[in-house]
Amino acid sequence: MTALLEVDRLTRYFGALGAVNGVTLAVERRERRAIIGPNGAGKTTLFNLITGHLAPSGGRVVFDGHPITGLPPHRVARHGLARSFQRTNLFSRLTVLENLRLAAAADGRGSYRLFGSVDRLTAPLARAREVADAVGLSERLDETVARLSYGEQRQLEVGVALATRPQLLLLDEPTAGMSPEETRRMTRLLAALGRDVTMLIIEHDMDVVFSLADRITVLHYGEVLVEGPPDAVRADARVYEVYLGTGDGA
Amino acid sequence: MTRRVLGVAAVVLAVLIFPRVAGTYPVKLLQEILIWGMFAMSLDFLMGYAGMVSFGHSAFFGVGGYVAALALVAWGPGVAAGLLLPAAAAALAALVIGFFSIRVSGVYFIMLTLAFSQMFYAVTFQVGWLGAEDGIVGVPRPRLAGVDLNGLTAFHVYVAAFALATVLVLWRIVRSPFGHVLRGIHDNEARMQAVGYAVDRYKLLAFVIAGTVAGVAGALYAQFVGSITPEAFLWRTSGEALLMVIIGGTGTLGGGLLGAAAFILLQSLVSSYTERWMLLLGLTFIVFVLFAPGGIVGALRGRIGLRA
Amino acid sequence: MLLSDLLAQALNGLSYGVLLFLLSVGLTLIFGMLDVVNLAHGSFYMLGAYAGLAMLAVGGSFWLALLAAPVVVGLIGAVMERAVLRPLYRRPPLDQVLLTFGFIYVFEDVVKWIWGGTIRSIPPPDVFAGSVRLFGGAFPSYRIFVIVFGLAMAGLLWLLVERTRLGAIIRAGVYDAEMTAGMGINIDRVFTAVFAFGAALGGLSGVIAGPIQSAQPPMGAAILVPALIVVVVGGLGSLKGSLVGSLLIGQAEVWGKVWLPSVSMAMIYLVMAAVVLLRPQGLFGRPLK
Repeated sequence: MTALLEVDRLTRYFGALGAVNGVTLAVERRERRAIIGPNGAGKTTLFNLITGHLAPSGGRVVFDGHPITGLPPHRVARHGLARSFQRTNLFSRLTVLENLRLAAAADGRGSYRLFGSVDRLTAPLARAREVADAVGLSERLDETVARLSYGEQRQLEVGVALATRPQLLLLDEPTAGMSPEETRRMTRLLAALGRDVTMLIIEHDMDVVFSLADRITVLHYGEVLVEGPPDAVRADARVYEVYLGTGDGA
Repeated sequence: MTRRVLGVAAVVLAVLIFPRVAGTYPVKLLQEILIWGMFAMSLDFLMGYAGMVSFGHSAFFGVGGYVAALALVAWGPGVAAGLLLPAAAAALAALVIGFFSIRVSGVYFIMLTLAFSQMFYAVTFQVGWLGAEDGIVGVPRPRLAGVDLNGLTAFHVYVAAFALATVLVLWRIVRSPFGHVLRGIHDNEARMQAVGYAVDRYKLLAFVIAGTVAGVAGALYAQFVGSITPEAFLWRTSGEALLMVIIGGTGTLGGGLLGAAAFILLQSLVSSYTERWMLLLGLTFIVFVLFAPGGIVGALRGRIGLRA
Repeated sequence: MLLSDLLAQALNGLSYGVLLFLLSVGLTLIFGMLDVVNLAHGSFYMLGAYAGLAMLAVGGSFWLALLAAPVVVGLIGAVMERAVLRPLYRRPPLDQVLLTFGFIYVFEDVVKWIWGGTIRSIPPPDVFAGSVRLFGGAFPSYRIFVIVFGLAMAGLLWLLVERTRLGAIIRAGVYDAEMTAGMGINIDRVFTAVFAFGAALGGLSGVIAGPIQSAQPPMGAAILVPALIVVVVGGLGSLKGSLVGSLLIGQAEVWGKVWLPSVSMAMIYLVMAAVVLLRPQGLFGRPLK
């Protein structure tokens, strides 16, 4: 069976700098893969290439058997990929419910209707409530984004991606800037998402990585350094070096 | 909620019976306000709801006006000539201009829409059979269901009906699923793309809707004045509509009408006391942009506490 | 056409182009640095012409007007930027563009208030009041002066921007205002200076245009769109682009009227649209990110 996501020698140059340099990886269905690496390793760039926010200089991306290399973001999303962002990227003037409902309605059915009420589109509304539950925001549905705490905004950030019913969820540092308590909550939340949603997570927090990931890919200067199950990666000396350098912290 | 409905009904009634209580000049002023209000509302729909700031909206006003004028003069006072054809022409113009303009955004969108409307100005100004500088005169009013619209009251009801229809239609669209998508695009276009919306298509549809309404306003204007000149296409016409939207309140729909009223009343009333209405208008506009970006409606909401 | 007629047309196009250049330099630098399309920029042109008129009225010479008008207009620009535009820098750039639009009305009406709405002629300086015989035709020597002066100004500006420290700061600011501020340069003052300088150049253009065009309140709004076209075609933020663009547009307008009278204006707008669509950075602008 082919992998859900296949990335084949994906490359992106910025001038002479190879931000992503011949990255090859495959994510299986139902897998939870973590991408780790020091700052500047090219992790977010890799996400941008996969989701169509950046055009690659070379290489291919195949999703569920369909080539998606170079497609614009909305076409990529329609194939079943969803992405959350490192810097919170929500609909800031809208409520939690509307944020989720918009994402849930993105399949376009009914969205061109010029008349009629949004409440008649029951499926997106139901999905929005479902996702709000899953990300722990069902008590906050009528709040606007500005009134949410930072942690709640990050939860909504994941929720918006989840609301599109993706096959593959790309999460860019979901716990960025969170307190330990918020981080634990987010980890539980992600762990509770069923295996029907395959996950690819960029993370810096190793506790989160080790509690969630089945496999870990380590990126360094735009290339895959090491890939394998958590224990193997944890024990690999190269990873240690790359993160901790020669004695000073990463 | 019922209080608002009653309020709106009262205003509509007042507008409709206005010819019975007021002289010709105020009635014509009101008609002008209603027509420009339609134009301004269509621009507000584009700017305040879809987030596209255009400096070329006069293109559709002008297309509607010119097509109506040409058709009414050539084929006589029919509804098709006076309304349907202009609306269709404006929609087509909006489709073509929108198709190109939506490829760019921000300042470049402003420049591009400006360029397109100026193209229309240039052509109508320089081409003989379109009337050149003098435009087209002697435009008859259409006959609607056997009713002659040359009477003041009849034309008044006609225009008021269109203004009301515009408010209702745009109000419904804003609340529809499509309207919600537009709001999402206005709020965070990138995220809308990321979750899978074909944003350009929605923007184009919004552009065409706005252009069509502007075209109908233009057609009504040609019928109101009895003529149309290239100035309908001028960027200053777009600018005046912009002024109206901002003074009335961007993103409030009704603001377009209020802004048109403010503009036209300022122009006509103030100019009888002082010639400096343009200065006042400019200053008002600047003050609003600086201190009251919500326009008149925004200020009203703040003070009286009306909710959306 | 006689050679002298051809030459006359070309010179007209050149003098118009030069006026456009002086006006559009300010517009392009202001956009390059502040990200603001100053729609009131045409007003600086008008204010310059009227400032010149005022100087002449109080008994000054044309040369005094040439010196003083830009200063006056520059001051107006500085005040406008500091008092009204600067508070808006935190807001989206579109708000500032809209704000400048309101100033068109204010400036035009104030001028109408003081001088009335009729056309006021501005006589050229006596030394250039006559005409020059070239290739069998007579050309107003004032227009020749305008061309020479304008090209000289272009040279001076080039020197200023490319060879002085201030010019380097301006170039850096146009390239990346945030970075320039980060280098310890008081970017606010540079913004004001650039805005004022651009306004002054616009005023200079207006006062020079006076003897050719006469002064009337709508002249600012009339020249705004050609200036926008120049800036778009030449490249937002580029001095070279302003020069090349304005000389091109100047010739295009003049020859277009001669050869394709019914579509010449429309064609120029078509070019503008094409540039925005196909090459938004214009001829010499910085490639967009």
